[in-house]
Amino acid sequence: MLARDRDAVAEALNLVEDRRVDKRAAALRLLDTLEREAPFPGAARIGITGPPGAGKSSLLDALVRHLRPRGETLAIVAVDPSSPTSGGALLGDRIRVRAAAADPGVFLRSMAARDRLGGLSEATRAAVVILGAAFDRVFVETVGVGQSEVEAAALVDTLVYVANPGTGDWLQFMKAGVLESPDVFVVNKADLGIAARTTAGELAAGVGLGDAADAALATGWQRPVILVSAREGTGIDALVAAFDAHRSTLAAVGELALRRQRSRESWVLDGLERRYGSHGLERCGGRDVLRARLAERGSASSFALLAELGREIEDALRKPE
Amino acid sequence: MTAPRAAKPDRPWVFRTYSGHSSAKASNALYRTNLAKGQTGLSVAFDLPTQTGYDADHPLARGEVGKVGVPIGHVDDMTALFDALPLDRMNTSMTINATASWLLALYIAVAERQAVDAKLLQGTTQNDIIKEYLSRGTYIFPPQASMRLISDMVAYSVDAIPKWNPINVCSYHLQEAGATPVQEIAYALATAVAVLDAVKARPEVAPEAIPRIVGRISFFLNAGIRFVEEVCKVRAMAELWDGLARERYGVADETLRRFRYGVQVNSLGLTEAQPENNLIRIVLEALGVTLSKNARCRALQLPAWNEALGLPRPWDQQWSLRIQQVLAYETDLLEYADLFDGSHVVEARTAELVAASRAELERVLEIGGVVAAVESAYMKQRLVESHTARTQAIESGEQIVVGVNRYTEAEPSPLLAGGQSFLEVDASAEREQIERLQAFRTRRSQPEVTAALQNLKDVLANGGNVMPPSVRAAQAGVTTGEWADALRALFGEYRAPTGVAARRTASAAPRMRELQERVAAVSKILGRPLKILIGKPGLDGHSNGAEQIAVKARDAGMEVVYEGIRLTPEEIVQSARDEGVHVIGLSILSGSHGTLVVDVLERLRRAGLPNLPVIVGGIIPEDDAARLRQAGVKRVYTPKDFDLTRIMGEIVDVVAESSPGV
Repeated sequence: MLARDRDAVAEALNLVEDRRVDKRAAALRLLDTLEREAPFPGAARIGITGPPGAGKSSLLDALVRHLRPRGETLAIVAVDPSSPTSGGALLGDRIRVRAAAADPGVFLRSMAARDRLGGLSEATRAAVVILGAAFDRVFVETVGVGQSEVEAAALVDTLVYVANPGTGDWLQFMKAGVLESPDVFVVNKADLGIAARTTAGELAAGVGLGDAADAALATGWQRPVILVSAREGTGIDALVAAFDAHRSTLAAVGELALRRQRSRESWVLDGLERRYGSHGLERCGGRDVLRARLAERGSASSFALLAELGREIEDALRKPE
Repeated sequence: MTAPRAAKPDRPWVFRTYSGHSSAKASNALYRTNLAKGQTGLSVAFDLPTQTGYDADHPLARGEVGKVGVPIGHVDDMTALFDALPLDRMNTSMTINATASWLLALYIAVAERQAVDAKLLQGTTQNDIIKEYLSRGTYIFPPQASMRLISDMVAYSVDAIPKWNPINVCSYHLQEAGATPVQEIAYALATAVAVLDAVKARPEVAPEAIPRIVGRISFFLNAGIRFVEEVCKVRAMAELWDGLARERYGVADETLRRFRYGVQVNSLGLTEAQPENNLIRIVLEALGVTLSKNARCRALQLPAWNEALGLPRPWDQQWSLRIQQVLAYETDLLEYADLFDGSHVVEARTAELVAASRAELERVLEIGGVVAAVESAYMKQRLVESHTARTQAIESGEQIVVGVNRYTEAEPSPLLAGGQSFLEVDASAEREQIERLQAFRTRRSQPEVTAALQNLKDVLANGGNVMPPSVRAAQAGVTTGEWADALRALFGEYRAPTGVAARRTASAAPRMRELQERVAAVSKILGRPLKILIGKPGLDGHSNGAEQIAVKARDAGMEVVYEGIRLTPEEIVQSARDEGVHVIGLSILSGSHGTLVVDVLERLRRAGLPNLPVIVGGIIPEDDAARLRQAGVKRVYTPKDFDLTRIMGEIVDVVAESSPGV
């Protein structure tokens, strides 16, 4: 993986999606090694989220066309929802990210959200770790339907929210508190003119306020609103500059390492809660106690911790209350 | 009481046959023979590289040159295509869209070589790029740029080639994509509105030219087997078009408001099983667009009875031409006034279609018109839904298709006896075309070509009309690929939404339940959900079948990586590996399956994936299917395989057979 062998990357991704017992053990060993041994900070991890139709995939296509000539290698994990009735999924992103089609420097993997309603595939974090070892930059694309922004934030260093001009969707998301997680806001379709500029103005007024903005400012980051046109390729350079500025701002105050650590904790806790419920967590002292324990184990991989604490909860659940 | 007869019999519509293959020379010979047999107009079929703007030696053109039509790479090819066919006496329909302005420029250049005044040129460029996004798939540029090219041609032709129909707004392909009559009417009219609004908004177009421009808009319709409804459909369209022309564009002259349309009758309903029945279907479908005098087509082209088997031979096309001749010259059809005026039934059904189509048209206009409805996938989703409903009705037996899901017991057809019952394109056609192209490149004047291309780019970048610099480029010896590359550099390339992703179907049929359980069981053994890649290699853009398979696979519980159209074998193999799929499904209708599928198989072997199973669907003759299976393809499906649930079950079998431990 570290040698950037494409076949090995694809096989590793197959392995971490595999639910068979022996494969899971092998996957755990691989991920544990990768997460512990990967150089910090490694690949930039960027989440792209937003409502359906905002042009996330077209934006990715424009980013690939912008970044590839700089010699950067890129990986994309595109997560699409699964059908609640059949469990099947249509993963159609490759059509929109045409720039990735036959470029050996771009790797695109589609994943279905599987049994998680509106959420991310459980294997997405594993994919980010694997792809982060083999490529310079990893993008995670998810459809924003509420909870997934928070989940996406736990996977990446920089979360980008892509708004659709003129639809007022962002207002709904603001009400739902979802606009608290993103670090960068993009208004796509700037070629629509006034509608895009209006949305950008409203959004700029909104994202500068509130606790999330204050928290960002405490680390020296002012969350920008960037107008781009994926169709015409305008504003992409400003967006890439914002990615890099965000990362160096975080790194300068030591926030990047802290953020990765918090993300690891959240991911493990969410995984435990998904498998064993809040009742399961309570049997081992509850979320806060477990988070404190995770914080003490800074050197272990999130995958090893999830397995280890999982076993502990299973044991606790077997005992009479 | 005497029946209202016409004073003298009507002139028949123009008889055409959609044809062209191999090379300009071979196609020219075919056209001359067809005209000698009594065909009255030409209908040029171009090959896919010409339609999508690639030279014959481009990697994407591989296997496609001369397959579904004639390859036209430059002005000498176009000259050879019309050798000894004086253009002032031809009525030429060109099925060309993304590169329509280029092929029209070549046609004008040939007229000049023949010393024919451009003002005398008669014919049609299809030039409806909107439906390419919805159905046919031979688009190149984004919708806004496409609308600009269309309106450039309309604005140019109204004075420069006033007898030319610069656009044939197509509802034909919408029906092939599964459209209901209401969708067909509404989306075609919405396209016409978008074109006329765009032309009207151009500063150089004088308001007094608008009625003449409206009068040059023609349509290209489909005629399906429900021919009574089709009679009502064309009457409804005529009524709606008259209203739009009058109210929206203020056309006072009644003759300029006439609904002028050509027809190719339905291919979707032609069957591979008992193919002789298709001739009967074609006759009935022809009636739908000829019976009503007030809404009769201006030109008609009929498919051949064996179209679902492979490329028709000259005899097969002749048989279809004879249908038109018998109908026009032997029957008394052309002697009477309109047969349906005063029919309560026809008038009531027409009124229903008018009302429903007007409502759907309003909906599209509310979304922001056809361009917005393409970009948001609104129309595409409606079409995929209708098509899914149709395939489900056939699968369940609710919709009867004789010889397919009913009355399948049949005598062996003598028409199929004696080997080859369709045309095979000479395998050397591609090589010879490339040789001609390369020879042409060496004999043209390179400075003139460079200057003409620069002029094209400059004019386009400054917002000028595409036609004059394209005519100059044609005369200078620019090739089809060079012309399209210049526009690609300016406009970019586009991929249309597929319309499959948003649809949610919950099929409760017991067979689907069983299938879902099997997919779940096999997925469990595989360790992760069964993942399938579905895509179309080559330049063929007819994605309706692939989309139906993708939707069905999703409903069966598979994870479907839908790759869409225009893929190289290299891209397919790369994404199969990166995505970790368990099976690849390829769809090809252009006849280039031999080259492309074998290439995919070879590349899979080289990529270390020799056991990754490949299945293929398309118009594939049995001999070719046998060859593909021999080469390693696990299953081959053709139009006779209508039972998608069964196909899905077999895909699960194929995966199970190919995966160790299952």
